[in-house]
Amino acid sequence: MELSLATRTVGEHTVLEVGGEVDVYTAPRLRERLLELIDAGARHVVVDLGRVDFLDSTGLGVLVGALKRLRTADGTFALVCDKEPLLKIFRITALDQVFPLYPTVEAATGANQ
Amino acid sequence: MATVRLSFSPAPVHVRTARLVGVAVARRAGVREDLLDEVRLAIGEACTRAVALHRQYGVAEPVLVEMSDSGAYSVRVVDRAPIEASIGLAALDADQLANESLNEDDLTTGVGFALLAGFVEDLQVRPVDEGVGTEVRMVWPVNH
Repeated sequence: MELSLATRTVGEHTVLEVGGEVDVYTAPRLRERLLELIDAGARHVVVDLGRVDFLDSTGLGVLVGALKRLRTADGTFALVCDKEPLLKIFRITALDQVFPLYPTVEAATGANQ
Repeated sequence: MATVRLSFSPAPVHVRTARLVGVAVARRAGVREDLLDEVRLAIGEACTRAVALHRQYGVAEPVLVEMSDSGAYSVRVVDRAPIEASIGLAALDADQLANESLNEDDLTTGVGFALLAGFVEDLQVRPVDEGVGTEVRMVWPVNH
């Protein structure tokens, strides 16, 4: 399934809803969108992975890049994920200790306020 | 004897095709349904690694994926990049991953290896028998 990207605002948070497959081919589009959002002034970004059905190391690299960029800019970055296969990927790579992970968008946007 | 061989030019767009073929052959070979997501991810990571190495070293030769279901389901992903660059399983801990000085390419490589090692119990990364390059060999049990 192709990558889909949709942005909405929840309070002071910019929520990027990602769907489909995030891999070595599609990850550059995700990187581009995240950079656009940050360059446009978004400082509290939540990436909702609820409709992602494939995520590889390239996609994870892009997400870590956004986390670091926002941290440098005194911003926040969080992920929404409640699918066990994806959560296992975060545990195996130790990235569950790097990203704030929330089960819902409500939890992610409420936590930073 | 390989049952299915796939070779593709080292472009990211073809990695998805390799994943789809790899999972289709795994299913037909009798790999358990609940392992197929891991098979898909592992084949994708091995092919992504090969494509990245070919591009890094300007190697235009195709990446080879060989799938065999004799006894177990085994997959070989063969690259043709210089060996010194491609051997070594670097596991990164949380502090290293979050470190500002780690660039995205190195992070992606480390995370890719962590996924391969984490999802494939029977995993080997070794030089190819002939010529330049390495092969990632992964084996999964099958139901008979």
